[in-house]
Amino acid sequence: MVYESDKTKETETLIAELKGFKEEVITKYPNKVAKKRAKSIVLSDPVDTPQIQANVRTIPGIITQRGCTYAGCKGVVLGPTRDIVNITHGPIGCGFYSWLTRRNQTKPEDENAANFITYCFSTDMQDSNIVFGGEEKLKQAIREAYELFHPKAIAIFSTCPVGLIGDDVHRVARHMKEEIGNGINIFGFSCEGYRGVSQSAGHHIANNGLFKNLIGRDDEKKGSLKYRVNLLGEYNIGGDAFELERVFEKCGINLVSTFSGDSTVQKFENAHTADLNMVMCHRSINYVAEMMETAFGIPWIKVQPIGANSTAKMLRKITQYFEEQELIDRVEEVIAEEMKEVETVRAAIYPKTRGKKAMLFVGGSRAHHYQDLFEELGMTTLAAGYEFGHRDDYEGRHVIPTIQIDADSRNIEELTVTKDETRYNPRKTEEEMKKLEAEGMEFNEYHGLMKQLEKGALVIDDLSHYEMEKLIEKYKPDVFCAGVKEKYVVQKMGIPLKQLHNYDSGGPYAGFKGAVNFYKDIEQMVCASIWQDLKAPWESEEYIEAQFVY
Amino acid sequence: MLLRHTTASEIERKALTINPAKTCQPVGAMYAALGIHGCLPHSHGSQGCCSYHRSALTRHFKEPVMASTSSFSEGSSVFGGSSNLVSAIETIFTIYDPDVIAVHTTCLSETIGDDLTQIVSKASEDGKIPEGKRVIYCNTPSYIGTHITGYSNQLASFVRFFSTATPKKKNVVNLVAGWMEPSDMREIKRLASVLETRTIMFPDMSGVLDSPLTGKYKMYPDGGTTIPDMIATGDSKFSIGLGAYCTEDTCVKLESKCKVKFEVIEIPIGLKATDRFITSLSRHANVPVPDSITEERGRLIDFITDNSKYFWRKRVALYGDPDTLIPMVEFLLTLDMKPVYIVTGTAGKHFDEEMQRMLKEKAPEARFKSGERADMFLLHQWIKQEPVDLLMGNTYGKYISRDENLPFVRIGFPVMDRPGNNIFPNVGYIGGMNLANKILESLLNHYDRTCKEEKMELQM
Repeated sequence: MVYESDKTKETETLIAELKGFKEEVITKYPNKVAKKRAKSIVLSDPVDTPQIQANVRTIPGIITQRGCTYAGCKGVVLGPTRDIVNITHGPIGCGFYSWLTRRNQTKPEDENAANFITYCFSTDMQDSNIVFGGEEKLKQAIREAYELFHPKAIAIFSTCPVGLIGDDVHRVARHMKEEIGNGINIFGFSCEGYRGVSQSAGHHIANNGLFKNLIGRDDEKKGSLKYRVNLLGEYNIGGDAFELERVFEKCGINLVSTFSGDSTVQKFENAHTADLNMVMCHRSINYVAEMMETAFGIPWIKVQPIGANSTAKMLRKITQYFEEQELIDRVEEVIAEEMKEVETVRAAIYPKTRGKKAMLFVGGSRAHHYQDLFEELGMTTLAAGYEFGHRDDYEGRHVIPTIQIDADSRNIEELTVTKDETRYNPRKTEEEMKKLEAEGMEFNEYHGLMKQLEKGALVIDDLSHYEMEKLIEKYKPDVFCAGVKEKYVVQKMGIPLKQLHNYDSGGPYAGFKGAVNFYKDIEQMVCASIWQDLKAPWESEEYIEAQFVY
Repeated sequence: MLLRHTTASEIERKALTINPAKTCQPVGAMYAALGIHGCLPHSHGSQGCCSYHRSALTRHFKEPVMASTSSFSEGSSVFGGSSNLVSAIETIFTIYDPDVIAVHTTCLSETIGDDLTQIVSKASEDGKIPEGKRVIYCNTPSYIGTHITGYSNQLASFVRFFSTATPKKKNVVNLVAGWMEPSDMREIKRLASVLETRTIMFPDMSGVLDSPLTGKYKMYPDGGTTIPDMIATGDSKFSIGLGAYCTEDTCVKLESKCKVKFEVIEIPIGLKATDRFITSLSRHANVPVPDSITEERGRLIDFITDNSKYFWRKRVALYGDPDTLIPMVEFLLTLDMKPVYIVTGTAGKHFDEEMQRMLKEKAPEARFKSGERADMFLLHQWIKQEPVDLLMGNTYGKYISRDENLPFVRIGFPVMDRPGNNIFPNVGYIGGMNLANKILESLLNHYDRTCKEEKMELQM
């Protein structure tokens, strides 16, 4: 929520006007569509959080931001790992479109370390493979990949036709693992695009695969630092993970693994040796956090190191958890040092951004997290929503038991995870956990986006193109945040759009240095001179009058 | 090294494509449909296809790319996508009011065998298509052909649904545009108007994917071939297809449907292909070539002779689409450069024959490949076996360019990391100068950055 002092009269009036939006926008829709969309548009109330409809099928033809299950599985979660050969089993398109397009940066340890991020591997299925089956071609593709690259791991991603024609990628994976031998790890994902209602189903499928095939395969505790943590749901877009790695190292915190920005197979295999899981993008990775807690006894907390204050807050949560003075002192030192630059830059930019208005429609976390950064700039979020969030991402995890499981969710496998017989080791005793909770630490908890929004701000799930156009036309925000498909639409309307999937090739935006980058990029955006010159001199009335006066 | 696992030693690959020089059919259909005024492309399949295609086109053009999807669920994949499409049609016309919806299929709807003719007539019977509005469609299974096939299939559907012959032919020439940039289409239309010909270009992405920023967003920008013009293509006396892979099928269909004779030539990239275009247009529109065009040509000749020594025998590797690569290779040969490695993921005899014909004298050592596994990995392996002086193709080449320290000219689809391809043309004599200049800039910039200090030249 924006600081009281940053709220202008104009913002307050605008927020009051948002009330009429829903009724007005749905009148345009056919009856059935209007009825359905009405449930996905609510006014926020941080105290008495309203129920929102989310994670339901998109209405055909409505023009959605959403993508598919394959995109969530291969593109989002598994894509950023550098040493897995990711083979897309399907026609060429899916592999092509997910080739380097998400800006997942990675930094191999040295010149000889594996890095396949720059490559696209596909079985390029042809009509004969659709008719006669593609399993043999997939096997051959794996043989060739192994002969050329000798990777530690090969993953197979299913596209729509694969499920329909009945190719069994898991069977192929088992077969090839045996055939190649040499300790290679081969596993498949049934992440056909039509499963689920958005990318979200793909995240879940990817989480299951990570847990079944990678996590827990290497018990050796690596690294010399004693505070061992994992960061879940950070994909190193624009170098976010690099910045967080830097901050953790400076604090003396051992980042065992990141899921999955700048990651490697070995780090996944070793992740269960950490003592705390931190969940950044709740939507895409909470399943792994839950499963690791059940199997290995690692507690998890929600963090959002987007924004300088929020990063500091994350670090303080870690110190609270480990309860060691040495760490507390070091972290406070780091925060104080880092905040110097942050404050200098912020102070210079804040007068230009204070009172401005933003709208955020992106992802399953970003529409929430980035509010922190806008608050630091004195900007109010008028409207926000997710592309593929669930109700818990809006309303908080306490609603999970009340969420109705529909047919589209039911077909995504729920792994039954039990305590690992030998390695389950609760990191804190029950008493210790209770004490920490009494001190304000929250485990297994996420309060959702609506807790942070102003009362009366608009929340819209799975925003349609029509709703977006109306939002901008009526409320003219100073910055609109969404993805590449929306970018130039919004800018044609004369409003700058900040891409929060690919950061407009900027970033990092996480951590302290990230906050500084974001302040500067938003300053550039809201202050760019060109927006003042949209009209030609002869298009304004004064110009014509001036002609007559002469 | 960015592509550190690529080595010079080839193995025979039968199944694995690595770093493709192609993508799938539907994106081509979507692009082509944007060239009809007031048309909303519709992807009949999973949401992801539409999202990926819109993103790919948007990253390239830096322009709004509007399209809708049938948003298949698992249920629709089992029971068929008919109800999804019918309800999509209703929703689209109610909310977005296009003149035309251009439906294309995907591997999903093709695999389950959705019959678009049947579904669209059902939508029509149910009254979901308002008076005067049209729903057209084409089949674009992703597992056959490439994005080029999809483009071609969408074009053919324009003829199927719109082109109509009345008893009287008009003195109009159809310009059937292959996959090129809006800037190229604009330049071709300019040349046609300088020749004072009456032409109809279809599709026409100029004014759609290079639209002005005014503060007012138009979901259907001013550009694009209008429906009346599209209908009138059946009355034209001749069609010139620009690029065989993208337009030949359409020209054939227009001839059989409306008796419009045609000639298919290359996209006018470079001196000779532009000469052929001007000759063809002048002949079939029955107009003389004005002196101003000959002057434009002369300026290109002047540019090339002035800089001839820098082009001489430079070895070039290029990848992309056959309709672009064929005239591009020809232009490189005009410049006395040596196109030595050429790959395209789009299969076809025409490409292979043209390469054979053009390269056998001037670059007999050249290697080329088309179709499956004619990919950028193979091209890179060839480069590692014997290096080149210049690389040309879409953005994905930048990784090879950096690893091999090669000058790199961006051309083709998609170019996601530099603007300008939709603004500055590569076709015609002016486009030829632009292209030759880009090649020269990249060669000379490379020289200036890498030559020994004592070899730095003030004038070049």
